[in-house]
Amino acid sequence: MSNPKFKYAPISVFLFPFYNLACGILLCTDGDDSLYPIAVLIDELRNEDVQLRLNSIKKLSTIALALGVERTRTELLPFLTDTIYDEDEVLLALAEQLGNFTMLVGGPEYVHCLLPPLESLATVEETVVRDKAVESLRKISQEHSPVDLEVHFEPLVKRLASGDWFTSRTSACGLFSVCYPRVSSTVKAEIRQHFRTLCSDDTPMVRRAAASKLGEFAKVLELDYVKSDIISLFTALASDEQDSVRLLAVEACVSIATLLPQEDLETLVMPTLRQAAEDKSWRVRYMVADKFSELQKAVGPEITKNDLVPAFQNLLKDCEAEVRAAAANKVKEFCENLPEDSRETIIMTHILPCVKELVSDTNQHVKSALASVIMGLSTILGKDNTVEHLLPLFLAQLKDECPEVRLNIISNLDCVNEVIGIRQLSQSLLPAIVELAEDAKWRVRLAIIEYMPLLAGQLGVEFFDEKLNTLCMAWLIDHVYAIREAATCNLMKLVEKFGAEWAQNTIVPKVLGMANDPNYLHRMTTLFCINSLSEACGQEITTKQMLPVVLKMSNDQVANVRFNVAKSLQKIGPVLDSSALQTEVKPVLEKLATDTDMDVKYFAQEAISGEFSSINVLTE
Amino acid sequence: MSAISATEKVDGFTRKSMRKAQKQKKSQGSSQFRTQALTELSPLPQLKDAPSTEQQELFSQKLQQCCMLFDFMDSVTDLKSKEIKRATLNELVDYVSTNRGVLVETAYPEISNMICTNIFRTLPPSDNPDFDPEEDEPTLEASWPHIQLVYEFLLRFLENPDFQPSIAKRYIDQKFVLQLLELFDSEDPRERDFLKTVLHRIYGKFLGLRAFIRKQINNIFLRFIYETDHFNGVAELLEILGSIINGFALPLKAEHKQFLMKVLVPMHTAKGLALFHAQLAYCVVQFLEKDPILTEPVIRGLLKFWPKTCSQKEVMYLGEIEEILDVIEPTQFKKIQEPLFKQISRCVANPHFQVAERALYFWNNEYILSLIEENIDKVLPIMFGSLYRISKEHWNPTIVALVYNVLKTLMEMNSTLFDELTASYKSDRQRKVEAWRWKPHAMGMLL
Repeated sequence: MSNPKFKYAPISVFLFPFYNLACGILLCTDGDDSLYPIAVLIDELRNEDVQLRLNSIKKLSTIALALGVERTRTELLPFLTDTIYDEDEVLLALAEQLGNFTMLVGGPEYVHCLLPPLESLATVEETVVRDKAVESLRKISQEHSPVDLEVHFEPLVKRLASGDWFTSRTSACGLFSVCYPRVSSTVKAEIRQHFRTLCSDDTPMVRRAAASKLGEFAKVLELDYVKSDIISLFTALASDEQDSVRLLAVEACVSIATLLPQEDLETLVMPTLRQAAEDKSWRVRYMVADKFSELQKAVGPEITKNDLVPAFQNLLKDCEAEVRAAAANKVKEFCENLPEDSRETIIMTHILPCVKELVSDTNQHVKSALASVIMGLSTILGKDNTVEHLLPLFLAQLKDECPEVRLNIISNLDCVNEVIGIRQLSQSLLPAIVELAEDAKWRVRLAIIEYMPLLAGQLGVEFFDEKLNTLCMAWLIDHVYAIREAATCNLMKLVEKFGAEWAQNTIVPKVLGMANDPNYLHRMTTLFCINSLSEACGQEITTKQMLPVVLKMSNDQVANVRFNVAKSLQKIGPVLDSSALQTEVKPVLEKLATDTDMDVKYFAQEAISGEFSSINVLTE
Repeated sequence: MSAISATEKVDGFTRKSMRKAQKQKKSQGSSQFRTQALTELSPLPQLKDAPSTEQQELFSQKLQQCCMLFDFMDSVTDLKSKEIKRATLNELVDYVSTNRGVLVETAYPEISNMICTNIFRTLPPSDNPDFDPEEDEPTLEASWPHIQLVYEFLLRFLENPDFQPSIAKRYIDQKFVLQLLELFDSEDPRERDFLKTVLHRIYGKFLGLRAFIRKQINNIFLRFIYETDHFNGVAELLEILGSIINGFALPLKAEHKQFLMKVLVPMHTAKGLALFHAQLAYCVVQFLEKDPILTEPVIRGLLKFWPKTCSQKEVMYLGEIEEILDVIEPTQFKKIQEPLFKQISRCVANPHFQVAERALYFWNNEYILSLIEENIDKVLPIMFGSLYRISKEHWNPTIVALVYNVLKTLMEMNSTLFDELTASYKSDRQRKVEAWRWKPHAMGMLL
């Protein structure tokens, strides 16, 4: 900005002309009160309080609707164009609103009126505001007629592209691709020229913006220009002095490779891609690893075989853990997408040796990234290879020192189950599960609990009763509430899987036994279990076995237990039959409703009104 | 790992400190993407023992030898070669700092090559993705034993009396500076400290690079403010800028004013402001001392970005405002007093006592006091409400005591105005209470 003082002039200076607008509304309403709220909104646009201005801006469409299209164009928009000197939060709201303003200024015919305020917003420093303004500009560009696009929109893009301050040039980068397809060929040539200039801008911010839009722009260009223009820009950006620019070129590489015919890829794209995969900055190599599956699809099977396989091997062996982890994440996808005729050979001779090394990597993120996908290889390689080559790796990872690695293996057991059955693993599985179940970090314990229903389903009820049941019960008395809570939920899922009869024999007695525990937290756990189990166990078990215990606990000396009794009774009410409700539950709740403790009273009354009002309606 | 001790059973939080301790042990990182194969180094004869005709040749051999890079993350490999390189570097440092006439023109490219090969590298990814510079221990550069000596060598090279910028500028060019600036993101404070001195020397000796350096710092800052919110060397760069600004000629160029308004002022919004606020405030004040006209826009900028929820930052802002007021011209003060004192009045009434206290300390400053006295008719009406109210309501006794003193000072400045304000404040309050009391009745009548 040429004159910084201007920016900080008090807002009232800019609002002054608008004051008349608000008064005007008031005067012309002629006692019509319905417009009064609008006048207030307008008035608040110039309030000193940011929050009020913000509220008002958010209701801008209401104001515009009340003013009508003409006054919106001639008075509201010029005013808003001046508001650009407001707080960023207000500007963000304004930028968003203007994207939806087409009908409010009179439809597509007048949509260009929205350009001046959005143009100013697109030059603001704050990135969020600028991005939103560009988004709105892209949106309304579609509503311009081809003529208006050339007369109004394209000149704006040019102005932004040649602005003094970097912000306007960055914004311009996002606008080329939306107007390019719909303008005449001379204008197209100009647009290409502008884009070219921005790609070699001397501010890295602008080059980054251009690099990030390169793929998008390539898509709307004619193929000849892709070959002549885009490729040279792509090559230049991919060897930029700043790695933050180079890595964005990798992203563009995917789109560009998709656009070009196969025979041109080798000469036009591959040299750059090879260079990126061996870039001296790990950020660029990371990006290549991260986009590897997309790149693989874009360049096709032949290049994959000859070029990408060795590149992928290098990334899996990269000196930077970050890069190895990103590549490890892609192992399964990469193998899946290999051409079928040579898939197995490539995996066995080239990929698997690297994978074996990664299993004992020094970095835990690498190992855990690998653990999250390695099981997927078994479906690709089939039974024999899995048993011979992959199984030892699974077992090694199940014994890994890092809990995340073990968890990732366990969470993907289903893939292996389909190929070789889980029995092969169960010997090593059990110690791993037990160790995770007792891990010192409660988040690890929580994670393994969540896999329990899945494991139980695959290992079968016998194995479960024998080995895992004790663990599930032990979690009920964990010292962290979140674990106890998850444990109750786990029990419910197990009952849904194994049935009520199994529950009655194995779980329910133990849960009910805890009702006599000296620790009140454990007694409460009984109640929480009952809450979640009653539905799955059915009326019989609930009425005969659970209800007596709950009722007995209403005499507990700890108030927290007593009000949880009230809550439980409300919860299991729907499972019970009405006679039990009337003869057993109601008296207890009524007694609790006269308890000395305020909370117990409250929850008892809650339960009575909740339960019996609905029951009565039903019985009637 | 599976054994949980009794204390942990009771309190799951004890693990936290242990985790932290574990993490701190391994805080070393390094990143060298090697393509060349390692060959073992063999020691060369000492420079001082060589006949003077062969010294130059030996010097160049040694420089080449020092281009070999080693993996310091692996502390057991290549120990012998690492030691040879370290000794050689030491010798080189010594050689360029004590001898005259060693910087012949042919040595420049070799020197520059050795320096570039060693120090220019992509910084490794941070060990700790949510590294908090205020809390966490930084990751130290593992290859420091070598890199430190290379930096040392670079400094001695630049400071050598025979050093000729006209020759060196072929090697110490824009690209060199750009890579140097990128290294300021290093987490290792020792490295940043060297970089600071190096960049300062280069700025001093290479006039042709000055504008370029300023522009690139500008870019780094803009990226820091608007894109990444992360750069480890902000404080160091600001420190260099502080001395650069000091040397700006008057009148200030538009470029410099733009830097102040569009980079330095918005920089106050950064999350990690505490890490570089002192240096930032210094730069701002330097600017205002150069050109007082800038005071108004700068203060308005600070008011625009005034922290809304972070009390720690508010205290910093108040500190900076005081520094600015220390050098403000009375005419500038008049221009800014209204919005400024509205903010100060809000700070004084802040429930966080450190904010209130910091704002009230303004009244201990003789110069600020004189400015207030001169404009008491404007300042007092703005401040009065807040001061009067918190003198009755603030929870913190220290603040209440401070406010009494401030009120007393203000009363002495203009007692008639003070009395008027007191009277109108009281009647205003009375009216509000009445209005509140009457409301239900009014509502009742309507119903």
